[in-house]
Amino acid sequence: MWMPELPAFVPFFIGALIALVTTGKVRQAVLLITPVLSGLHLLTVPVGTILSFSFLNFELEVFEVDKLSLLFGYIFHIAAFICMLFALHVKDTLQQVSGLLYAGSAIGAVFAGDLITLFIFWELLAVTSVFLIWARRTERAYIAGLRYLIIQVLSGVVLLVGIVFYAYKHQSINFEFIGLNDTASWLIFIAFGIKCAFPMLHNWLTDAYPEATPTGTVFLSAFTTKVAVYALARAYPGTELLVYIGVIMACFPIFFAVIENDLRRVLAYSMINQIGFMVVGIGIGTALAVNGAVSHAFNDILFKGLLFMSMGAVLHMTGKIDGSRLGGLYKTMPKTAILCMVGAASISAFPLFSGFVSKSMVMSAALNNGYGWAWLLLLFSAAGVFHHAGIKIPYFAFFAHDSGIRTSEPPKNMLFAMSIAAVLCVAIGVYPQALYSLLPFDTGYNPYDATHVLTQTQLLFFSALAFVWLNLRNMYPPELPSVNLDIDWFYRRLFPAILTPFFAMFWAADRAVRGIFMRGVNGVLGLVARHEPDGILSRTQLSGSMVIWVSILLAVFLILSFW
Amino acid sequence: MDKQNDNEKQYLFDNPKNVKRLLYIVYACCAILVLLEFVIHRHIYHSWEELFGFYPIYGFVGCVVLVLVAKWMRTFLMRDEDYYDKIEKKQHPAPLNQSKETVQAQGGNDVDA
Repeated sequence: MWMPELPAFVPFFIGALIALVTTGKVRQAVLLITPVLSGLHLLTVPVGTILSFSFLNFELEVFEVDKLSLLFGYIFHIAAFICMLFALHVKDTLQQVSGLLYAGSAIGAVFAGDLITLFIFWELLAVTSVFLIWARRTERAYIAGLRYLIIQVLSGVVLLVGIVFYAYKHQSINFEFIGLNDTASWLIFIAFGIKCAFPMLHNWLTDAYPEATPTGTVFLSAFTTKVAVYALARAYPGTELLVYIGVIMACFPIFFAVIENDLRRVLAYSMINQIGFMVVGIGIGTALAVNGAVSHAFNDILFKGLLFMSMGAVLHMTGKIDGSRLGGLYKTMPKTAILCMVGAASISAFPLFSGFVSKSMVMSAALNNGYGWAWLLLLFSAAGVFHHAGIKIPYFAFFAHDSGIRTSEPPKNMLFAMSIAAVLCVAIGVYPQALYSLLPFDTGYNPYDATHVLTQTQLLFFSALAFVWLNLRNMYPPELPSVNLDIDWFYRRLFPAILTPFFAMFWAADRAVRGIFMRGVNGVLGLVARHEPDGILSRTQLSGSMVIWVSILLAVFLILSFW
Repeated sequence: MDKQNDNEKQYLFDNPKNVKRLLYIVYACCAILVLLEFVIHRHIYHSWEELFGFYPIYGFVGCVVLVLVAKWMRTFLMRDEDYYDKIEKKQHPAPLNQSKETVQAQGGNDVDA
């Protein structure tokens, strides 16, 4: 049974099938055991394992293991287990089955050795994850899910077109370094960019993730974007354009995050910001930078998952997630508050927390490789992260003004899942060598030198001081019930506003043309109508005229018979 | 209402003194961190770093600018909560069964069944 060539996604798909036909405790056991068994199996799989078969003249490498894919494979297994544990109390077949399929698709995608296999899992990621949004069963979630699905499938279609061009030109579908040089590579780049939430293409993430179920968002935050980061790290390391894209991604969402009211949407913006750091790392492309990018992806899954879990727990217990409607929850949810603050410290990159040991690699690489301007902007966004994710999330949910909500701690499985993520965040921060040994390159990097610890702590504490100062002077923007416009305004408001009159004109013209035609048809029908009085076939005819017609027919027949 | 509050347990930050204490701790940490710069020699990689107290200044100013700019962005980005809902919800009636009575106006079906 323990053959190394067993593709890592197979246990998840089998698990989903079993979960579909079981209920209650058995299903819960299946949900938890699947990632554990599959993870144990993956530990035995050596680097270099390949499972391939031929299909229509193509050599499909369904399972190809190297250090980069293995790192993502490990973290996806850990994430799948934590997500499953967090969602264990949910009694919803739809969410549980699609959760397993979604995790399996992500794992399949990172072990895909060729572009066709990648494409299949790329689309499966979209199709399986949308149910986690629809499972919220509100009208908003339904519409947001539709938009999400359209954009995700579009990414897959662009990828497929790119793959067709690429395969034609290179006579190979191997998934390896591509680099930006021709149409095919640009198409694949854009497809990756959509899933990676590049600026202007990012809005599906902040639109759909906060509409998913409390547990669904945790799943969503772990997989889709990280698969895209993996794909970029494999195909486009050292593409300078990515440095610019990444810096923009790191900087612009923090402004939106400061004024956003829905706390899970704040986290969604902060997710784009964190992916920005990874994209910069991939763009720089040196061993240290790529190490930084992928290790930051690893850590982000844990601390962003932890933050989404804590907000999911708040939503689950209070039914509210808007900053303006929350506050003072530390009184009744102290454990959740502390776990949330561990996640906040990790994403803010406090020393001894996980963000510190990975973000610093990207920052150092930016400095070492002459991207001083990028470093300055990343430093600004690192301070901004602390502001919106590190302070704002815990502050407005658990402290701030007392909303009067009195609830209790979330179910034990939720607390347990959050605790695992929190312990991992601290463990990686305290002992980063464990994570570094899994990275694709050996750089001998040490994050804990005096300069770095001091400067990072200074930066963060003075960011906190800025928050305190602004709050005491009443200059901090209050949380208001509101919607903030973003790129989605174009396709949710502007295009419909322009297209609706256009289509109205079109339909009016269409109606007019069809009206004329129908009037003609009705005229003809009126002529031959049988059931109206005086219709051509229902008129009362004289029997004398019938006799004349019969005698004419007989006369014609008689004349014709002479020949 | 007052009676309820009297009965309720006093929590950590209900006492303004505790908030003050926390703020003093933050101020003290900031002061210590600046003073540490005299003791610890920083490695300089970027020309801006040569400035004394570069990181504290950058962190503080950066965050103030961030918040003020974001606040200004509200003037043209902020809309009512139902800005999209009021047109979208009419156009696409959800086919999913909303059997539960607990569905709220905003939060929706937040609690998993």
